[in-house]
Amino acid sequence: MTTTIDLVSYEDALASYDPVMGLEVHVELGTRTKMFCGCSTELGAEPNSQTCPTCLGLPGALPVVNATGVESAIKIGLALNCEIAEWCRFARKNYFYPDMPKNFQTSQYDEPIAFNGYLDVQLEDGTSFRVEIERAHMEEDTGKSTHVGGATGRIHGASHSLLDYNRAGIPLIEIVTKPIEGAGERAPEVARAYVRELREVIRALGVSEARMEMGQMRCDVNLSLRPNGTEKFGTRSETKNVNSLRSVERAARFEIMRHAAVLNGGGTIIQETRHFHEDTGSTTSGRVKEEAEDYRYFPEPDLVPVAPSREWVEEIRAALPELPLARRNRLLAEWGISAVEMQAIINAAALDPIVATIDAGADAASARKWWMGELARSANESGTSLDELAITPAQVARVTELVSKGDLNDKLARQVIEGVLAGEGTPDEVVEKRGLKVVSDEGALTAAVEEAIAGNPGVADKIRGGKVAAAGALVGAVMKATRGQADAARVKELILEKLGVSEG
Amino acid sequence: MPGITREEVAHLARLARLELKPEELEHFAGQLDDIIGAVARVSEVADQDVPPTSHPLPLTNVMRADEVRPSLTPAQALSGAPAQEQQRFKVPQILGED
Amino acid sequence: MTDIIKLGAADIAAKIASGELTAVEVTEAHLARIEAVDEKVHAFLHVDREGALAQARAVDEKKARGEKLGPLAGVPLALKDIFTTEGVPTTVGSKILEGWIPPYDATLTKRLKAADVVILGKTNMDEFAMGSSTENSAYGPTGNPWDLTKIPGGSGGGSSAALASFQAPLAIGTDTGGSIRQPAAVTGTVGVKPTYGAVSRYGMVAFSSSLDQGGPCARTVLDAALLHEVIAGHDPLDSTSIDTPVPPVVEAARNGSVEGMRVGVVKQFRGEGYQAGVIQRFDESVALLKDLGAEIVELDCPSFDLALSAYYLIAPSECSSNLARFDGLRYGLRTGDDGGHSAEEVTSLTREAGFGPEVKRRIMLGTYALSSGYYDAYYGSAQKVRTLITRDFEKAFEQVDVIVSPTTPTTAFAIGERADDPMAMYLADLCTIPTNLAGNAAMSLPCGLAPEDNLPVGLQIIAPALKDDRLYKVGAAVEAAFVERWGHPLLEEAPSL
Ligand SMILES: [Mg+2]
Ligand SMILES: [Zn+2]
Repeated sequence: MTTTIDLVSYEDALASYDPVMGLEVHVELGTRTKMFCGCSTELGAEPNSQTCPTCLGLPGALPVVNATGVESAIKIGLALNCEIAEWCRFARKNYFYPDMPKNFQTSQYDEPIAFNGYLDVQLEDGTSFRVEIERAHMEEDTGKSTHVGGATGRIHGASHSLLDYNRAGIPLIEIVTKPIEGAGERAPEVARAYVRELREVIRALGVSEARMEMGQMRCDVNLSLRPNGTEKFGTRSETKNVNSLRSVERAARFEIMRHAAVLNGGGTIIQETRHFHEDTGSTTSGRVKEEAEDYRYFPEPDLVPVAPSREWVEEIRAALPELPLARRNRLLAEWGISAVEMQAIINAAALDPIVATIDAGADAASARKWWMGELARSANESGTSLDELAITPAQVARVTELVSKGDLNDKLARQVIEGVLAGEGTPDEVVEKRGLKVVSDEGALTAAVEEAIAGNPGVADKIRGGKVAAAGALVGAVMKATRGQADAARVKELILEKLGVSEG
Repeated sequence: MPGITREEVAHLARLARLELKPEELEHFAGQLDDIIGAVARVSEVADQDVPPTSHPLPLTNVMRADEVRPSLTPAQALSGAPAQEQQRFKVPQILGED
Repeated sequence: MTDIIKLGAADIAAKIASGELTAVEVTEAHLARIEAVDEKVHAFLHVDREGALAQARAVDEKKARGEKLGPLAGVPLALKDIFTTEGVPTTVGSKILEGWIPPYDATLTKRLKAADVVILGKTNMDEFAMGSSTENSAYGPTGNPWDLTKIPGGSGGGSSAALASFQAPLAIGTDTGGSIRQPAAVTGTVGVKPTYGAVSRYGMVAFSSSLDQGGPCARTVLDAALLHEVIAGHDPLDSTSIDTPVPPVVEAARNGSVEGMRVGVVKQFRGEGYQAGVIQRFDESVALLKDLGAEIVELDCPSFDLALSAYYLIAPSECSSNLARFDGLRYGLRTGDDGGHSAEEVTSLTREAGFGPEVKRRIMLGTYALSSGYYDAYYGSAQKVRTLITRDFEKAFEQVDVIVSPTTPTTAFAIGERADDPMAMYLADLCTIPTNLAGNAAMSLPCGLAPEDNLPVGLQIIAPALKDDRLYKVGAAVEAAFVERWGHPLLEEAPSL
């Protein structure tokens, strides 16, 4: 595993070669039961407690298709602008593997339920890129093996393995792109943006939580290079089971640099599976198979064809929720912001919290301001994501409410948020405990204003003379005297009133 | 098409995970050749424009509601296991991918 | 009543219901018969003495409580060892499942239990139902009660032999290419392959999923019908199960008649390879049908000539995949786990040690037929042949109500005679296979003994899909006429063992 790999710099690679990618994403559906049996899919159960004759592959057991699994596949197909098959079948993909109980995977082969679609994705700078979808098909997950006796639970060097089949049979949708051409140097970025957009679509459809870190969504990155200006695809490598957005981008980037080095050196790329290593950002070759796989696909005789009626498909289409792209475009218009601003929100993963904050009663501008300002900064500093911050959208909404009621000013509001993030309680509790209420007692304020005028006669004269802008200095003095707890706008009003000047 | 070689039989045996003995390879090569030779007649219809039948009855859309049914207990699931450990099926080291 | 074992299922049920016999008496009589003769016949792989007696006692208690009993309550049955039985070994005639105790009941097993049928034990069979002689059982062959040196048919030879030797009045078989009908034919018993999808396959260890079908075996047409009604019906656990009411098979069996029926005789079901005595008895049967008022129609089904070839591509293809799960990791045999072999190697060693030669041959054949480059020519073409055969049947059934043929081209051959010649063995299913490929229903019932060897000959009746009742209507009429002609049921001519 320590063999060094020659790499060419990314820029040099792109100077000579044009990358072509194919992305295969497996999504575990969030159905209550498995694809072909009634076992629960609940996570965290004790080993082999969610198995039955069917998903254990016991002799005699038979599969029955989960209707919600099919419906979810159709939803995904429609969301990806695919055609939905009028008639399709399951097929058996035959190969032996210990974590696959029947030693064939029930999948779909040449008759996928959804095919010929596309997904428009947006890159960091707001540019749009269309990724063509080849197909989306239904299949089932495998069990899980734990390797014992070797280093760090790897297969390599293990003395034996332990198998848990709770995951075996959980529905998967495999989504395969057509070859992605023309992305050039932005190929890795396209890969990442595609997987992210796909994840958002899946989540919006409610068919899966699509949490990559939990293995609910996994991506295989197929990549090849061809000399710039040529048409014919080069030989591809298949980097398997990449499980974060960042890794998808890094894996593509690494493979571009590795392929270029091999090709520059006069070598040839071997068509092989490779494994991505999170720690080093590199890929290594999988076990070389002595013989090419021959999956001997044939129609699954234990299942009958799936022929979704057009009525059903249209019903599903009509009930589809608003999809992420449409939603972004709608919000962009509603909020009157630019595409670049929207992209910044997306990049910060702030869209959902902002919308949730608005839903909780805040106005759009304030919600954006807090999430993209104070909260983004805080998340950045602590190296977490926005949804991991210890504050809820409802709490942010409450802070904006206190501000708009005049109970807090921005400075105090920041302190309230800081308190909530620090675990001091709800916004109201923080206000209470820290004593952060805006001073609105007119008597106390009037006294502070009079004191400030008395202490700064020169400034007061300028204001009397019409230089309203000079009021800022007196406001500052009042704020200082009240330790920031006064409502600045009211202070300014009082000063002008006392000095007999009106604004504007 | 027939004329199955010993190497082909060996390849098929690997695909089918059968550790055939040398004499079995020999034996099967001859027998498979005979059988394939006899049944290859079906390809007489290969060019005919008839749809294939994968299933004897014209059923479609047999599905179940997404409702949880009782699973086996782990003890039942593991009851036939040749070896087990930590409530899991214990198998020799896997030479799969790493 | 001294000869309980000679009683049919309908009679036993009636006598238990009337109180003339108890279920325990009946069960004990059959267990005693098994004890007495099965050492010679070897119909059973496992006798579940305790389980059977417990079931029988439960029936008697039910009766004592005054509860209504089902039409087969207390009747003993021999279950082919291909159906899972919770807590009772299920081997499918294979070493690879030796000692396996399933944690679940097949749907068919559940239905039998729910109907208070008493399951005596599990019967011998060709390994994974692959064979026509029961010689491929890993646990040794079964003898034909008519002549113990002869095969009892296969794959369900244990079930047919149990019936013919009066060890059970009812049995269950499975029919992928003839494994119910051919054993019935060579043992002088009745066997029915229902329409594909009529009897649930859940818990029936798969050989070839698109062909396999469980069905009733008995000594009379009526008994088969009574059992048919118990085991057939929709099962949500089997996606290929038919969701329509079971045809009125018992009513048909009680009202046998061929009056005014059109009966087809297919030109392709005779000729080279057919034993003279078989053809003779078949021709007599056709004449009998005519006498009974049927109109005989000659039929041409040219694609039937390709049926055997298509079958020997489809069945092995499906089996190569169905049997992949026997890998020595989760259940059953494990060989070579000595610390030096990987999981992959242990799987290959286990399969090599656990499967017999016929199973390996078919796995290899199926692996070949599905492999890249050959799929279209072999598996693909075979599926087209299947369409053509179905069309031939459809055309035929526009002209006739049922088709008749010999069930199998010859009477029982000697154990060992065809063991080394797979092609010769495969010919035993020549007449039965087209029905499996098309999915329709068929029955075999005795039509006499072949003059040259005094062994039973079977008459096959074939009906369109979902018209299983026609088999019983015609079968009952033919059976009654033959019994009248012979003066007794054919089995009374069998040696007493
Ligand atoms: Mg897949
Ligand atoms: Zn399950």
